[in-house]
Amino acid sequence: MILVIADHDRGVLDTTSLQAVTAAKALDPQVDVLVVGDAGRAAVADLAAHGASTVHLAVGDALSDYAPQASARAAVELVQRLSPAAVLATGTPRGNEVLAHVAAILDVPFAAECVELSLSAPDHSIVRNRWGGSILEDAVVHSDLLVASFTAHAVRAEPAEGAGTVEEFTPALSPADTAVRVVDRAGEGAAGVGLAEARVIVSGGRGVGGPEGFEPIDELAELLDGAVGCSRVVTSNGWRPHNEQVGQTGTKVAPDLYIACGISGATQHIAGMRTSKTIVAINTDKDAPIMGYAHYAIVGDVNTILPALVAATRAAKE
Amino acid sequence: MHIAVCVKRIPLSGGRWVLTADSSEIDTSGPSMGFTLSPHEECAAEAAVQLVEQNGGSSTVLTIGTSDSEEQVRSLLAVGIDRGVLIETDGQEWDPQATSSALVAQLRAGTPEGAYDLVICGTEAGDTADYQVPVRIAHALGWPVVTNVKGLTITDGVARCERAVGSAREVYEVTLPAVISVKDGVNIPRYPSVPGRIKARKKPVDVVAGERPAPRLEKVRLELVAEEQRSAEVLGEGVAGVAPLVEVFKKIGVI
Repeated sequence: MILVIADHDRGVLDTTSLQAVTAAKALDPQVDVLVVGDAGRAAVADLAAHGASTVHLAVGDALSDYAPQASARAAVELVQRLSPAAVLATGTPRGNEVLAHVAAILDVPFAAECVELSLSAPDHSIVRNRWGGSILEDAVVHSDLLVASFTAHAVRAEPAEGAGTVEEFTPALSPADTAVRVVDRAGEGAAGVGLAEARVIVSGGRGVGGPEGFEPIDELAELLDGAVGCSRVVTSNGWRPHNEQVGQTGTKVAPDLYIACGISGATQHIAGMRTSKTIVAINTDKDAPIMGYAHYAIVGDVNTILPALVAATRAAKE
Repeated sequence: MHIAVCVKRIPLSGGRWVLTADSSEIDTSGPSMGFTLSPHEECAAEAAVQLVEQNGGSSTVLTIGTSDSEEQVRSLLAVGIDRGVLIETDGQEWDPQATSSALVAQLRAGTPEGAYDLVICGTEAGDTADYQVPVRIAHALGWPVVTNVKGLTITDGVARCERAVGSAREVYEVTLPAVISVKDGVNIPRYPSVPGRIKARKKPVDVVAGERPAPRLEKVRLELVAEEQRSAEVLGEGVAGVAPLVEVFKKIGVI
């Protein structure tokens, strides 16, 4: 059996967790899933529809919002009770964080950002991303239990039949396990869609020229029900907030459509968006590195093209 | 407040990566190669310098690597870190468990002025992206850890940390001593001044010998990812490309 730790935010499933379920199914037909917090009950149907056998729902007063070490403690309790061959999650900030706690508690290795796994205890073979995916590492994990995160968007989530039987349990937690937990939220209800979950991202770079150049980008993102992203130079210049930065050190994204406006395509930016389904580049330089990753391009100045694109998109929607 | 910052010297390429003949390492002998710190770690050092400016105390940078890593240690002494500790290796890679253990031994030793109150790391290493050294350090020391931090303030021994979730921010509060891993963007690192560089030459860097334990996450070989050589279909020059792009929007179903 393989244990997958699924992530949800107050009941909204992080759909990349389904990718980890699919990846786990390829290794073992029995995939159990840990969901932490009563609100996570809302995610059970989706997990079952992707092949989850048993969904272990960890409940308790201390688990009403995300607490990384408490989630890890719940996973460790299942590991000790059920002896899975592997504990997997998707390589999101939370997925990697909870697995790091699991590995630290059990004093076993943790292989992050894997793209291939093969179970062969006590020497598991894995392939993982380095340098934001520009280099792959073949490695061996010396441990009976394999603890690994599967890099987001490395596989597509596939429907599969699973019983999805819910088993509730209340993990034994110490005060230290819940010392770090979400105590407040800021910017809740901010307009627009978050970058990580957006289907469409309109992103601006140096070529946009300044903060005012983002007006048509904001408009286009709104018309396409998408989110606004940007390159690192844009946040360094203070043109846009840091939470909009796409790249190796920002948010890694893989939307259906990524429109790169005035972005030349530095390695660190490419590492954060290369797996997007359709990439469109709008750039004055037809030889910019981004052109080697884009499916479609318009060659020209974003500041003249974008207003026209906004008008044409609005007209097409009417 | 005594703060430790953990960093790692990593290669910096002016172009594409090249591997050594046996595919075990990045070839760093080329003319366009240099070395750097990850942006997360530059921010970690900046956070430490600011916190010491505000609260007093001292800041120490810790690293594991060859003697060449002193270059990265000195670069942080030049922006205001007070001292350095270099755990010197023969250049072989240390896995995250070995790295954490060696750092923990130095962290337990404390500073000449007193014990550490805070350890700041980058969220993940720029090269290996293991996402775990700060968490392992925290467990070994029995301290709380907050990762992926993009906003940090410390008042009366309590660290208020913010991190992004979707379009909003989560807030965490932990009492020191604690481990915090930060992301690029938590602050804007300063550039070293000329007097800063001169001072850095005289600041102390302790070198201690490191002995690598057998790796439990063991690298076998590296492989360059074959770049998918795509040639973008040019839809048009200037505004002439707009109408065909709207057709693409329709085709892929976004409008």
